[in-house]
Amino acid sequence: MNNVMKKKRLGGFIRSREITLVFLIIFLVLVVSTRYGKFLSPDNIGDIVMDSSILIIMTIAQMGVILIGGIDLSIASNMALTSYLVAQLHVINPGLPASVLILSALFLGMIFGLFNGILVALGNIPPVIATLGTISIYRGLTYFISQGEWISAHQMTSEFKYITKTHFLGLPALIWYMTAVSLVFYIFYSHIRTGREFYSVGGNADAAGYVGVSLKKIQILAFSISGALAGLGGLFYISKYAIAQTDTALGYEFKTISACVIGGVSLSGGVGTIPGVILGALFIGIVNNALPVINLSPFYQMALLGAIILVAVIYNKLADDRNQKFISRKREF
Amino acid sequence: MNQIKLFIGEMVKKWEFYLFLFFCLIVIFFSTVSPYFLDYFNLMNALFSFMERGIVALPVILVILSGEIDVSLASIIALSSMSMGLGAEAGAPVFVIILLGLITGIAAGFINGIIITRLDIPAIAVTIGTMSLFRGISNAVLGAEAITSYPAEFKWIGNATVGNTLIPLPFVVFVILASFVGVLLHKTKFGRSIFVIGNNRDVATFSGIRTRNIKLLVFMMTGLFCGIAAVFLTSRIASTRPNIAIGWELEIITSVVLGGIAITGGKGHIGGVLIAIFLLGYLKFGLGLLNVQGKIVIIFVGFLLILAIWLPERLRTYQESRKYRKVTTT
Amino acid sequence: MNEHILELKKISKNFSGVQALLNVDFLLKRGEVHALIGENGAGKSTMVKILTGIYQPTAGEIVLNGEPVKMKNPRVSQSLGITAIHQEVSSFPDLTVTENIFMGHHLKKKNGLLDWKKMRLQVRNIIHSLGLNIPIDSQIKELSTAERHLVEIVKALSIEADIVIMDEPTSALSMQEVDELFAVIHKLKDDGKSIIFISHKLDELKEIADNFTVLRDGQFVGSGHMDITPVNDIIHMMVGREVNQLYPKQDVEIGEIILRVNGLSVDNVFSNISFDLARGEILGIYGLVGAGRSEVMRSIMGIDKLNTGEIVIDGQLCSIKDSRDAMNYGIGFVPEDRQQQGVAVDMSISANATLTILEKVSHGPFINHEEEYEFTDRICRKMAVKAAGWNKEVKSLSGGNQQKVVIAKWLALEPRILILDEPTKGIDVGTKSAVHRFMSELAGKGMAIIMVSSEIPEVLGMADNIIVMQEGIIVARYNRQDATSEKLVRAATGN
Repeated sequence: MNNVMKKKRLGGFIRSREITLVFLIIFLVLVVSTRYGKFLSPDNIGDIVMDSSILIIMTIAQMGVILIGGIDLSIASNMALTSYLVAQLHVINPGLPASVLILSALFLGMIFGLFNGILVALGNIPPVIATLGTISIYRGLTYFISQGEWISAHQMTSEFKYITKTHFLGLPALIWYMTAVSLVFYIFYSHIRTGREFYSVGGNADAAGYVGVSLKKIQILAFSISGALAGLGGLFYISKYAIAQTDTALGYEFKTISACVIGGVSLSGGVGTIPGVILGALFIGIVNNALPVINLSPFYQMALLGAIILVAVIYNKLADDRNQKFISRKREF
Repeated sequence: MNQIKLFIGEMVKKWEFYLFLFFCLIVIFFSTVSPYFLDYFNLMNALFSFMERGIVALPVILVILSGEIDVSLASIIALSSMSMGLGAEAGAPVFVIILLGLITGIAAGFINGIIITRLDIPAIAVTIGTMSLFRGISNAVLGAEAITSYPAEFKWIGNATVGNTLIPLPFVVFVILASFVGVLLHKTKFGRSIFVIGNNRDVATFSGIRTRNIKLLVFMMTGLFCGIAAVFLTSRIASTRPNIAIGWELEIITSVVLGGIAITGGKGHIGGVLIAIFLLGYLKFGLGLLNVQGKIVIIFVGFLLILAIWLPERLRTYQESRKYRKVTTT
Repeated sequence: MNEHILELKKISKNFSGVQALLNVDFLLKRGEVHALIGENGAGKSTMVKILTGIYQPTAGEIVLNGEPVKMKNPRVSQSLGITAIHQEVSSFPDLTVTENIFMGHHLKKKNGLLDWKKMRLQVRNIIHSLGLNIPIDSQIKELSTAERHLVEIVKALSIEADIVIMDEPTSALSMQEVDELFAVIHKLKDDGKSIIFISHKLDELKEIADNFTVLRDGQFVGSGHMDITPVNDIIHMMVGREVNQLYPKQDVEIGEIILRVNGLSVDNVFSNISFDLARGEILGIYGLVGAGRSEVMRSIMGIDKLNTGEIVIDGQLCSIKDSRDAMNYGIGFVPEDRQQQGVAVDMSISANATLTILEKVSHGPFINHEEEYEFTDRICRKMAVKAAGWNKEVKSLSGGNQQKVVIAKWLALEPRILILDEPTKGIDVGTKSAVHRFMSELAGKGMAIIMVSSEIPEVLGMADNIIVMQEGIIVARYNRQDATSEKLVRAATGN
């Protein structure tokens, strides 16, 4: 790797947005740990990372859709539906190895994501509406299949519950899965042509069309990816919490959107990075963990997320406007 | 005879016609499979459960017509309900409680509107944020508890009927509000401006329409109507709960879109939405009679929403391709 | 081997009633630089879009290397060896220069990953060979407009092509950069490539082009060798018909000054615009696309915000914050883009026609539909709008009739000052003269009129006074007697 390439890698990886986030996180952690010394204990840090890992996977899922200028409101419902189906599979055949379950989760989740993609790409339905509709369809189906019953911990084998917790090389499996997903998509969005084309579609769909990028293909792909990852995240979710029910991951979509927005993803599309969304998800994970410590009940979480979304969206817009004024020097008089 | 043919010819081109047909089909279907459907008492009673959503659907017509969207509807209801609950707990008189609910609604709508119009941020982004924020505030204040200490006069409102007719008060209010919105939309300058804004934002701005102010008013009006709905709902269930009205935005937006209001704005008529509100309401009622669970009914609503957007689009492309064929054969 | 690499045979392009090109013939030799000349609206960009596969011709044939071809989309055109530097910058603002150039055809390594190194190297090479200095890792949104244009050039040249179309490539370049571009063009010629060069700057064309073709009103007017044809002849071909016939501006008594604008500026768009306007006067504002004329008008109308400057009407200093304010002061504005800014095409004619004066057909807040219909009937008849009924949608009308509706809508306001931005763009000749006759009548009744136009005969025929703008400033003023086509063109192109 010569100097030129290193510089490019570095230049692409570390942008001001991510640096700001890192400092923000450090600041946050410092503030909280002055109040609560045990915040920085290895146990607690471990908790934070474990909690954040699922959110990181889900945020990466949401990022792809927002990148192309859309949004996936049904992501949490997909988690619930797919995970319930996989849990059923497990109950029927407890002997199935984790790899089969993981593949099933990916596959089923992808199907549901694909449905969204077809609605948007072929049905020309705006992503907001399509996914608003599928939220209820998927949750409803979950209820329909489960008949309101849970699949609880004692119906799950210990292997199942340990999908996320088995240690491998000293770290819980979930952390490895999260790292794998992060790496795969980092490479996809930075070094694979189709991944880069996501940015073009979100940045300027017409121009993308002119240079031969297939809008529909990218739309279907983005939703399929978000669906597959939602399935995966759902499986991890029910394994970790050892329960599969209709209300799995209720309200989770807000967490993913908040994490994306904090992480520098623009809701109008074309902007966003994997490191950014990882940091964004970590930020939310830390805030979550810190809430009880600073005596804010978890009931404040939703309000906090909403406030974060608003602040981040407003901040992004104001920063953009400032940049525009500074840069577009059309004429010098 | 020719006049009638012409009339029918015009009618079959309209979305409202097919919607009405669908409504009739639903009525026929349910009255055949359930003896309880065509009962006056039941039908009137059923109104209680969907008139609140109907009320909120009215200003959302204006929102979508002007080219915007608002997904924070249910959360505004929750926030209003919370305010009313706090008022009730403080022992305030009924009219103050109601006022609190309405003012909270307007304030919430104002927040949405001011951020969207002054900072020029897409409505979807802002209302996703406020969707979480407003309900979040309500959750934080309520905690795990529900507030149930409402005075009796207040609890009367949401369950009241007009004299002996069994017609629910919320229905009467709905009719009044629907008339108001209908006239506003189709007969006033304000309504005309909304159509222009939705049809072509630039033309509106170039031709003297104060777009930002109008949109702000529309969002505030939405907040107000959410407040009105919150009054009826809170009173009907005699309590404020954390997950009050949860998921309502889906149904409300579905009834507007199903009613023929184009999601891109600028096209539609209130008549269609009125039909859609009752269609959805009685569809759910009928399914309930057949013991279909609420959570499954939701599946149908989701499909209806998607269908309501997909169908007109398919029809349009079909008509365009027919036009093309005509040209090449002559 | 055929002498001509490209041949257009009787190419026509029709857009729902508007004939953009009619029976155009065009020949391009190998290794030549061929100038394509014409006023705004002459059909040049339509021709470019046909050659790059964005549009398909409604009639005629394209022959490439002796073979007839059909270019269904930009990809096909590129694969056939045609590349273009477009006038409008169409890019991805948040992506880097390198990526903008390679989007759609990123280079890959053998393992499937993107070869950033190779891509950056190629970009750097092209930039170097152009003698330019563009930071290849910067995002497009960080670049100035000039730099963005340069990126467009690099983008076009990154594709292996035999024919390079350049649409106003020097509009954002400094003198030195223009020289460097010309050096590149010479090199391309040496490599046997052909270049179609579109520009208004006739002296530049004299320097770089071998041959030329002139289009006017979508038709082929003439062609020839650049060195031996005098500039005035070319201008005459561009401008054409006898000026006086079609534009009957009556001689009208010009009254006192009604409008004074002083020192109008919007940062980076236009600067220090000042002029007076009198009752009964038609003020023509001429200039090339991008000179800033429409922007000035929009600021007067309150649509865009002014940084400095004052607007004084009838001695009264005006505070104009939006179009409604401007309308209250008696200003009307017929915008340039009829379909985007003038009418709501999916709404009825009557809804559009009464847009500015709804109060006149309303009682309180309520619109009276009969009065609205009657009013529409009156003003549309006066403008001779041909329609099946005033309830029909505007989109059912022809371009000329749509423009009449726009004008009617603004006249309904009975403004004291009427601004018209390219009032006859893309309209048939019959409607054109009707519009002009109308403008004369209005001026005769004392209305003060500002007419932004890129058509020289129109400006010369209709205007009492003419202002020429270039690059955001006023560069020349003429009155009716002194103005000539040559003077206007020279002033507008900075000669």
